[in-house]
Amino acid sequence: MRRENLLNAAILLGFIAVPLWAWVADEPFIITLTTRAAILALAGVGLNVALGLGGLVSLGHAAFFGIGGYAMGVLAFHAQNYLPLIEVPFLIEGTKSMPVIWLVAILASALAAVLIGALSLRTSGVYFIMITLAFGQMLYFFMISWPAYGGEDGLSIYIRNGFPGLNTLDPIQFYAIAFTLLLAALWLVARIQNSAFGLALASARQNPTRVTAVGIRPRHLHLVAFTVSGAITGLSGALFADLNRFVSPTMFSWQTSGEIMVFVIIGGVGRLFGPVLGAATFIAMEYWLDGVSDYWHIYLGAILLGIVLFARGGLIGLIAGREVAHD
Amino acid sequence: MTAILLIEQILNGLQFGVMLFLMAAGLTLIFGVMGVINLAHGSLFMIGAFAAAGTAAATGSYVLALMASLSAAAIAGVLVETLIIRRLYARDHLDQVLATFALILIFSEGTRFLFGSFPLYLDTPDLLSGPVTLPGGIQYPIYRLFIIAMGLAIAGGLFWFIARTRIGIQIRAGEVDREMIAALGINISRLYTAVFALGAALAGLAGALIGAIQSVEVGMGEPVLILAFVVIVIGGIGSIKGALIGALLVGLTDTLGRVLLPQAFGLIMDASSATTVGASLASMAIYVLMAGVLIFRPSGLFGGTT
Repeated sequence: MRRENLLNAAILLGFIAVPLWAWVADEPFIITLTTRAAILALAGVGLNVALGLGGLVSLGHAAFFGIGGYAMGVLAFHAQNYLPLIEVPFLIEGTKSMPVIWLVAILASALAAVLIGALSLRTSGVYFIMITLAFGQMLYFFMISWPAYGGEDGLSIYIRNGFPGLNTLDPIQFYAIAFTLLLAALWLVARIQNSAFGLALASARQNPTRVTAVGIRPRHLHLVAFTVSGAITGLSGALFADLNRFVSPTMFSWQTSGEIMVFVIIGGVGRLFGPVLGAATFIAMEYWLDGVSDYWHIYLGAILLGIVLFARGGLIGLIAGREVAHD
Repeated sequence: MTAILLIEQILNGLQFGVMLFLMAAGLTLIFGVMGVINLAHGSLFMIGAFAAAGTAAATGSYVLALMASLSAAAIAGVLVETLIIRRLYARDHLDQVLATFALILIFSEGTRFLFGSFPLYLDTPDLLSGPVTLPGGIQYPIYRLFIIAMGLAIAGGLFWFIARTRIGIQIRAGEVDREMIAALGINISRLYTAVFALGAALAGLAGALIGAIQSVEVGMGEPVLILAFVVIVIGGIGSIKGALIGALLVGLTDTLGRVLLPQAFGLIMDASSATTVGASLASMAIYVLMAGVLIFRPSGLFGGTT
C-alpha cells in the first residue's frame, strides 16, 4: 500500500509538472494534451466507481459522457444563437457559464444513469454488459437521427464557455479547471470508498449472498454506485466538449465506452488512481504511436492484449504489487 | 399499394433478421458452450466480407467468394481461439471484453492496412440479380430472397446439427456441464475450437451475403455485432431457438419501425416533423423492445435462470 501511495503522488506530480513545464516552455499543444488526459481520467474515475468498486462491467458509459457533452452543446448552442431553450411554461435561456453547464451535465447524466441502471441492474453478468452497450447505442442512433442539434454532424461552439474570474481560452487556466475537478472527483471517490456505503458496496461485489443475509439489498447499492459513476462521467463529457468546442454523436459511440474502460483497465481496476494513470498512458501512447505509424491502433491493440493476458491488475498492479486481502 | 409496400418491408425485415441470426447463432453458441463474450465476432463478419470481395474480384466467381468467406472466417476463428481466447476461459468477463476489444482494434487496422480505407464492392451474381415477380404482382430482388432462403436453410441445418449429430450432443452437454463431458473422455479443447470455428464461419458467411448489398468496409462488423447482442439478450443467451426468434423480431421491428412510425406520427402532426420524430424513435425501437423483454424476462425469452 505504501508503494501505491508513492506512485499516486508521482502521478499527481506528473499532472502538475508537465503542464507547468509546457507553460514555461510555451508549448500550448502539450498543455492541451494534458488537459485531454485529465478530462478522460475524470471519465475513467467515474467508470471506476461502477466497475472497480461495484464490479459492474458497464460497456455503455459513453451514454453519460455524451449526455454531459450534449448538455454543454445544447446550452451553449442556445446561448450563442440567442434562442431560448424553452419558452413555455416559463422561459429558460441557454448559458455560457461553466458551473451551470456542469450542474446540468451532472443532473442529466445522473438521471439517465438512474433510468438505465434501474433497467440494466435487473440482470447481471454478460447480460449487463450487453444491455449497457445497447443503451449506449440507442442514444448514439437517437442523436444521429435527431436533426435539431446537428444530427450526425454535431454542434460547433465558437467560443469556450466562461468561468467567473478565469480566462478559459488560456490553455493553462482551462487545464487548472479540469485538474481541480479531477482532484475533487478523486477526493469524492476516496471518501465513498471508505464510507459505510463504500464498504457495503465492496462486500456486495465480493459476496452478494452474505450482504443480502445481513439485510442490505445489493441492487440498491449498485444503483447508487451506477448513478454516481454516470454523473462523474457526465461531468467529464461536458469538459471534453468544452475542450474541443465541439460535440458530435461520436461521444456516444461504443468505441468511446470501450476506450473509457481501457483507461481503467490499463491503470488498474478498483485502484483510486488507476484511471488517472491509464488515461495518461493512453494519451501518451496515442501521441507517440501516432507519430510512429498510421496504423497505430494495431500496436495499441497488441499492448492491450499484453496487459490483459500478462499484467493483471493493470500498471498500478504491476508497479505497486497486487492488492492484498481485498480481492 | 400500401399492402405491397408492407409485404416488401416484411420481406426486408426477414432478410435482415436472417442475417442477424447468422451472427447471433455463433455468439450464442460460443457463450453458451464456453462462457466467453466475444466482441471480435463483428471482425469475423468483416473478414468474411473482405475475403468474399477479394476472391470475387480475383476470380469473378460468387460461389468461390462464399467459400472463401467461410474458410477465411473459420481460419481466423481457429487462430483467435487457440492463441488468445483459450487463455481467457477461466477469466472474468471484464478481461474477455477487453481482450476481444483489443482484437477488434488489431483486425480493423490490419484490414485497413491490407485493403486501404476505401470501401470494396461485391457484385451479386447474374443468376441472382434483378427482381422477381412474387404472387400478387410484387417485384422483389431475387438476391434478398436468396439470403432469406439461405439463412432459413442454415437455421434448419443448425437445428438438425445441434439436435441430431454426435458433435451437437457434445455441444449441448458442454453447455450443461463442462467438467462432466471432459471426464467422459471428450476432448474439450478440440470441441471448443470447433464451436468457435463454426460460429466464426457463420459470421463470415453473413458478412459475405451482406457484402453484396452494402459496401464492404472496415468497421462494418460492429453495428451488426451490437444488434446481434440485442438479439441474444432478447432470445436468451445460449439458446439457438432464442437467437432465431430474437433475430426475426429485431429484424422486423427495425425495418417496419422505420416505415410505419413516421406514417403513424403523420396522422397526428405535419409531415416533416413526423418524419423526424418517427425516424428518431424508429432508430431506438429495437432497444425499447429489448428493455421491454427484460422487464418481464430478465434472462431473455428462451434463457434459463441467470
